[in-house]
Amino acid sequence: MSQCILPDDELMSPGHLGCQGCGAGNAMRFALKGLGPKTVIVMPACCWSVIDGPFPHSAIGVPVFHTAFETAGSTASGIKAGLVMRGDSETEVVAWAGDGGTFDIGLQALSGAAERNEDFIYVCYDNEAYMNTGIQRSGATPLGAWTTTTPTKFPKENPKKNILDILVAHRIPYATTTSIAYPEDMIAKFQKARSIRGTRFVHIFAPCPTGWKTAPELTIELARLATETLMFPLLEVFDGERYVVSKPRRIRPVAEYVKVQGRFRHLTDVDIERMQKEADRNWRRLLAKEQVSAAEAAN
Amino acid sequence: MKIVMEGNHAVSYGAKAAEVDVIAAYPITPQTQIVELLSEMCASGELNAKFIKVESEHSAMAAAVGASAAGARAFTATSSQGLLLMHEMLHWAVGARLPIVMANVNRSVGPPWNVWTDQNDTLSQRDVGWLQVYCESNQEVFDTVLHSFWVSEKLSLPTMLILDAFYLSHTSEIVDVMEAEEARKFLPPFEPKQFLNPADPLSFGNLTAPDAYYELRYEIDQDLRRGIDLMKQADKEFEKLYGRSYGIIEEYRTDGAEILLFTSGTITGTSRVVIDEWRDRGKKVGLVKMRLFRPFPVDDVRRICRSAKKIAVIDRNIGFSIGGIWAQEIRAALYGSGYYRPVFGYIAGIGGRDVTPDTVNEILEHVEHLEKPDQDVYWIGVKHEPVHSTR
Repeated sequence: MSQCILPDDELMSPGHLGCQGCGAGNAMRFALKGLGPKTVIVMPACCWSVIDGPFPHSAIGVPVFHTAFETAGSTASGIKAGLVMRGDSETEVVAWAGDGGTFDIGLQALSGAAERNEDFIYVCYDNEAYMNTGIQRSGATPLGAWTTTTPTKFPKENPKKNILDILVAHRIPYATTTSIAYPEDMIAKFQKARSIRGTRFVHIFAPCPTGWKTAPELTIELARLATETLMFPLLEVFDGERYVVSKPRRIRPVAEYVKVQGRFRHLTDVDIERMQKEADRNWRRLLAKEQVSAAEAAN
Repeated sequence: MKIVMEGNHAVSYGAKAAEVDVIAAYPITPQTQIVELLSEMCASGELNAKFIKVESEHSAMAAAVGASAAGARAFTATSSQGLLLMHEMLHWAVGARLPIVMANVNRSVGPPWNVWTDQNDTLSQRDVGWLQVYCESNQEVFDTVLHSFWVSEKLSLPTMLILDAFYLSHTSEIVDVMEAEEARKFLPPFEPKQFLNPADPLSFGNLTAPDAYYELRYEIDQDLRRGIDLMKQADKEFEKLYGRSYGIIEEYRTDGAEILLFTSGTITGTSRVVIDEWRDRGKKVGLVKMRLFRPFPVDDVRRICRSAKKIAVIDRNIGFSIGGIWAQEIRAALYGSGYYRPVFGYIAGIGGRDVTPDTVNEILEHVEHLEKPDQDVYWIGVKHEPVHSTR
């Protein structure tokens, strides 16, 4: 887990349009603490297109450019090039996309930008479905979850896409996961990302009480449980090679995470056991990758 | 400096003279040479610009949108399917009020695959709010790149300059090119009114309710209309400096003409020869070359048509079930003019089929012998035997 001194500066104002207990709101607040004011946010269609507030208001104190759903990676590439040509190499360009805009419709533009190693930070705040349009499944929706397009009689039958692996396969200089349950970790990772050049990918776990059918006051707790149950491990990958995995102080059973969420209410013990096996398998593979990369670095 | 070059390279030299800051492009036949030469120019340092080699045309326009929003002079080029893929971002460039300039090489749309010229790619983008300028020669292509930035940056609206596949894109002609220093007399460096700047943190494109969205669209409509006079002004300023002028519409031998033939693109060049022959035979025919399609110059079209008796329009495109698109626009412009002129709509040359002097003769003979059209559209040269292979 990365650590830092929490910056006092607040670049996000109250009065935004997030739902009660919205994890994406915390995500932006902490991200901006790590990024600072010399930042331009590129925002494709996502919950934050609404959360930021209607014209003529904006809840965040940095420039925002709203762009089409699938273009965070490509628009950010253009903005960075434009700023550099105007003599501003210092401003950090940050693409700020949801899971739909990253895992699904925006994957092509993101992959293109990552392959070109464009110099910006791509953030995916992940609430595991198309929440802004009313809770439809995305490539980030976990196995077994209810959404309005995966009803309880036919819940999601495929596991969550491993977006971090996809980005790591592009061998970008920095790819990391973080969570709103760990503000210090998130802020420190944004500070670190800012100090690296090239494409940097930050995957933020951000629960959505509205879409997960959970109590708003449980948002932070759920995010912590996701990490402690190994459903969303925190890790960093440098240059597509070197893995650094944060090990939770104690590992909890997946059932503790699942049973408090309305979107998983229909699951049987057998289903939950399957999720547990999937989480264990992913964790083992992750630790193995870390070991291999450490051994390679030692050689 | 005069250089023999193909139309595609005239675009590249135009972009270089305009000192573009950011180019984002994706390869597509027959546009590819434009970006090949530009990438060479960037690599050699001859042109100080960032070239973003995106993974699709959709991303090309998105990157151009981003660069322009950051306050840079942004350029791209495409054709056919590429333009269609960009469609969403064409709207974005307009709504975000960004003065991007793009060259489009007119190429047919699939299926079936066909790389030859027709105008359906660009004309099907007619309502997105871009300016559209159609070119006849490689010199005009070069000059129009500069006109386009000049006008776009005054309007905060994007411009598409358009050239025919192969008939211009791959045809060599003499082009008088100028260096950036010389071009700067006409086109000063881009000074954006608003751009992404952390010192002045504005938010662009936020959720906007009906109480304000409506006026934003009204402003685009008003500003695009101003493009007619600005294009004329650009042409005049350019002529003062460099001695070349095209107007937004060119009237060729229209004095006393009873029949006016409307063309666009390279069909114009062929038609000039035919009009000369008809004039030599004492026939009262004239040629009208349409250069500006958007904004549509309604008043100019009305003025020009008033003195004639019949209007013939050659369309290298088809609005399925309703006829050629230029003919539709000209008919719409004349409606409400207070006078009536019959408009004969002719379809020719789609999919790159050759439009020869014979084609133009056939059209003129047809219009000459009819008082008014008996069909809303005439397809010239349709082969009525089956075109499918008979196995």
